[in-house]
Amino acid sequence: MNVTERIKDQLENNPVVLYMKGTPDFPQCGFSAQTVQILDACHAKYAYVNILEDLEVREALKEYSHWPTYPQLYIGGELIGGCDIVTDLYTKGELSKMLAAADAIAE
Amino acid sequence: MTTHTIKQLLNDAFQPELLEIIDNSAAHAGHAGARSGGGHYHVTIVADAFEGKSLVQRHQLIYKALGDMMKHQIHALGINALSPSEHRT
Repeated sequence: MNVTERIKDQLENNPVVLYMKGTPDFPQCGFSAQTVQILDACHAKYAYVNILEDLEVREALKEYSHWPTYPQLYIGGELIGGCDIVTDLYTKGELSKMLAAADAIAE
Repeated sequence: MTTHTIKQLLNDAFQPELLEIIDNSAAHAGHAGARSGGGHYHVTIVADAFEGKSLVQRHQLIYKALGDMMKHQIHALGINALSPSEHRT
């Protein structure tokens, strides 16, 4: 599988994917950390990719999504945004609805 | 210097009604992202180009206008992009 196929595979097989710096337990950047906190506050079920350990995906996803920074949150295969937009959607109460629609909230 | 370049690129791309850039780099000096030299900035911009666009699309337009600056000079960019009608309300 080439890198684009790997990205598509990740997005098709997981309703919610967070591409981040570090891991949810040990985020390596404040913006990734904040995004994890918000997803946890929503009780979201999500997959993550640590782009610091996958340099191929790190570069390729920027081109794929026309989005040059991390974190990047995807729901249903679609780019939702970075930390800014995720925070904005969360404070408006929309993020929980989007996660619920993707069946990605833990019981 | 970087602030000046950001301003110029966004002015050229959007002819905005309002454009404010805040350099927050000092607040982040020394952390992992800042070590590579990229700064932290926040942009408030009001322009016709954002009318009817989603948040993702607005950010993508701005990233496109800034081009290679996002690779090195800018580590993080906070964006508040509004259309003129949204800004008035």
